[in-house]
Amino acid sequence: MVSGLMNAGQSVSLRRLFDDVGTVDSVGIEERVAKFTTRSIKKTAKVWGLRTAVTMVDLTTLEGKDTPGKVASLCRKALHPADDPTVPPTAAVCVYPAMVRHARRALGLNAPVRIASVATAFPSGQAPLATRLAEVRAAVADGADEVDMVINRGAFLAGEYGRVQDEISAVRDTCGAATLKVILEVSELETYDKIRAASFLAMRVLRPGDFIKTSTGKTSLNATLGNNQVMLEAIRDFYLATGVAIAMKPAGGIRTAKQALHFLVAVKETLGDAWLNNRRYRFGASALLNDLLRQLEKERTGAYQAPYSFSESAESY
Amino acid sequence: MPAIKSPSLSSRRRGRPAPELIFGDLWPYDPAPETADPKLKARYGLFINGRFVAPKSGKHFDSINPATEGKLAEIALAGAADVHAAYTAAQRAADTTWGRMPGRERAKYLFRIARLLQDRAREFAVAETLDGGKPIKESRDFDVPMAAAHFFYHAGWADKLAYVAPGRSVAPLGVVGQVIPWNFPLLMCAWKLAPALAMGNCVVLKPAETTSITALKLAEIIQDADLPPGVVNIVTGAGEVGAAVMGHPIPAKVAFTGSTEVGKIIMRSLAGTDKKMTMELGGKAANIIFDDAPIDQAVEGIINGIFFNQGHVCCAGSRLLVHEPVADRVLAKLKQRVQVLRVGDPLDKNTDVGAINSKEQLGRITALVKSGVREGAELFQPACPLPAKGWFFRPTIFSNVAMSHRIAREEIFGPVLSVLTFRTPEEAVEKANNTAYGLSAGVWTDKGSRILKMSTELKAGVVWANTYNKFDPASPFGGYKESGFGREGGRQGLLDYCQVT
Repeated sequence: MVSGLMNAGQSVSLRRLFDDVGTVDSVGIEERVAKFTTRSIKKTAKVWGLRTAVTMVDLTTLEGKDTPGKVASLCRKALHPADDPTVPPTAAVCVYPAMVRHARRALGLNAPVRIASVATAFPSGQAPLATRLAEVRAAVADGADEVDMVINRGAFLAGEYGRVQDEISAVRDTCGAATLKVILEVSELETYDKIRAASFLAMRVLRPGDFIKTSTGKTSLNATLGNNQVMLEAIRDFYLATGVAIAMKPAGGIRTAKQALHFLVAVKETLGDAWLNNRRYRFGASALLNDLLRQLEKERTGAYQAPYSFSESAESY
Repeated sequence: MPAIKSPSLSSRRRGRPAPELIFGDLWPYDPAPETADPKLKARYGLFINGRFVAPKSGKHFDSINPATEGKLAEIALAGAADVHAAYTAAQRAADTTWGRMPGRERAKYLFRIARLLQDRAREFAVAETLDGGKPIKESRDFDVPMAAAHFFYHAGWADKLAYVAPGRSVAPLGVVGQVIPWNFPLLMCAWKLAPALAMGNCVVLKPAETTSITALKLAEIIQDADLPPGVVNIVTGAGEVGAAVMGHPIPAKVAFTGSTEVGKIIMRSLAGTDKKMTMELGGKAANIIFDDAPIDQAVEGIINGIFFNQGHVCCAGSRLLVHEPVADRVLAKLKQRVQVLRVGDPLDKNTDVGAINSKEQLGRITALVKSGVREGAELFQPACPLPAKGWFFRPTIFSNVAMSHRIAREEIFGPVLSVLTFRTPEEAVEKANNTAYGLSAGVWTDKGSRILKMSTELKAGVVWANTYNKFDPASPFGGYKESGFGREGGRQGLLDYCQVT
């Protein structure tokens, strides 16, 4: 009886959250994003899109076998993605907390590339809050400019929204000056309705310029145009209602330049020009970078280059 | 459970300008024209008895590209004698070849037409866009594939006609006359020809005078498919030719798609004859948005409902009925959404809204929009640039529209949306049905029972739920009241092309 009442209370609060932020029709949104993929991006528009995408990459390695040496090589790749010196550096490198100090050593203090660290018991988030906060504190102390946290999906799915939000607040406070990215892990939320609700839950306690992020890259389904669009529309609605501009990071599954351009088209046509920069939009990716470079080189020379003409960065996602 | 934080909106915004999104030119798309060769002839004859022939009068008229106002080709102007020759050929084919052929043989021809159309899809898409002004992405992704789908679907029926009316037998009517409009030139050809041919009828078809080219290109495919001579005949010209096609004594049935005005003239002229008729006429569809609808997808549906094919759609969702609690939000989102619609060169793959089909139609739209402003509705148009040449019209949204305004009553057949509000479902139904038309409607709500209730109460041939402008060859399409009678597509569509005994 008691548990029945509690469940009823939880479903009422979910209903309230959905009523407040609105629902998403999955057929409709997938139809919408399919139109982004029919945009034809050619010539100068393509080059602009590719270069902008390079500057938006959070070059990532998140593996148990990461070593200081591999992180250093990732940092060099982020600073100088290609032999062509006109290719800009990526936005950031993204590593595990234990690798932050190695990344800081490799990049130095005034690097154009920021250091992002996943934290909060990434990717599951299944650790006591105190442990997760301690991890954030350590990453920031070691020099992380940005913290990628995971939300407590267990609590979200159990209907404990207040707890999810309070934990995000606690991580935000622990971040200090570091930018916070909140990973919703959309594939574990499963429905577009819940992705939208979770986006609002997070945005309401974030600071301007903080991010919401799709995925850890550690599950089978990661960023798609569909869940990206749900989150972009949530950001748009939140911005128009409050004036607070939240940034967005799709992560995982974006491997080709063509995909990246589709995501940028979605940004351009949903949030407009103010989000077409790496303060407001990022790609969590690794394999993507070399495909962007390959396409840029193709635009420059008119021919595709062999894969080995581009230096390896990291294998992840 | 701790309360979920949701800071009061006004406190965060106080003293700061309202936030706005910037849809500027930071990242303009380069022109991306479709370059396939439409393979147009300089001059097209009439397609009679399996051959292209010159009109007996020797007269031709120009087909104009509405996006450039340039001439595309010369089209033969048929006279009464040509129409008669076409009907004679059709009658002969009905008596000697097509009408006697087993359905499974007819199916082979229809499959062949469908496949040939698919083979030449790009060429047809470009021709359709050049001649009609619709964006290439629509002719490429909708018109041509859907036309092929209609041939495929009806080819599948041709050897299964015994199941069209179970327990009874069906027979072809003989010869039918068909007149089609300019908004979906090729697709309307397919809608008309495929069921008629599958049933074993022979056809005289007249395309609209501004958009004859793809019908004549389809005649080339019909030649390539080796259809027996006279099964399909295509005569071209304007209203007088249409009147001759409709009024000729040979056809057992006439089918017309076009304006209610012309439909009435045809019905008047055929009153007292024993000809069968189907009429697919105008519409003034209501697209109804309830407050529990997924708003962003509803906005997409509204946009697709009214700006698809520049609003040249008989089932266009031209009257938006919004539930009052969400009216402001929906309108604000609509205005934002139209800002990213790209109006311009129809051949550009990134164009969302193309050219208005003819100068005459542009004039009609402009006049109705002026009347809307004069009658006190509030006009909104995005500041998108329009090409210097050609016939273009900005996507237009009228708010504060009253049911008595002309823009809420008359079919505009252009990219113009009239926004009205309602408070209760009953009021929505009453307003939606308060029109001479009854072709289509849309309902947007999260509540399934409400969808079912609305769909039974709306007097419309098609009711879309949480979507709009969706078509399928298997789904019958047609109207109530002054939107016409008869159905096209599905089993019901076939029944309109046969005698059931």
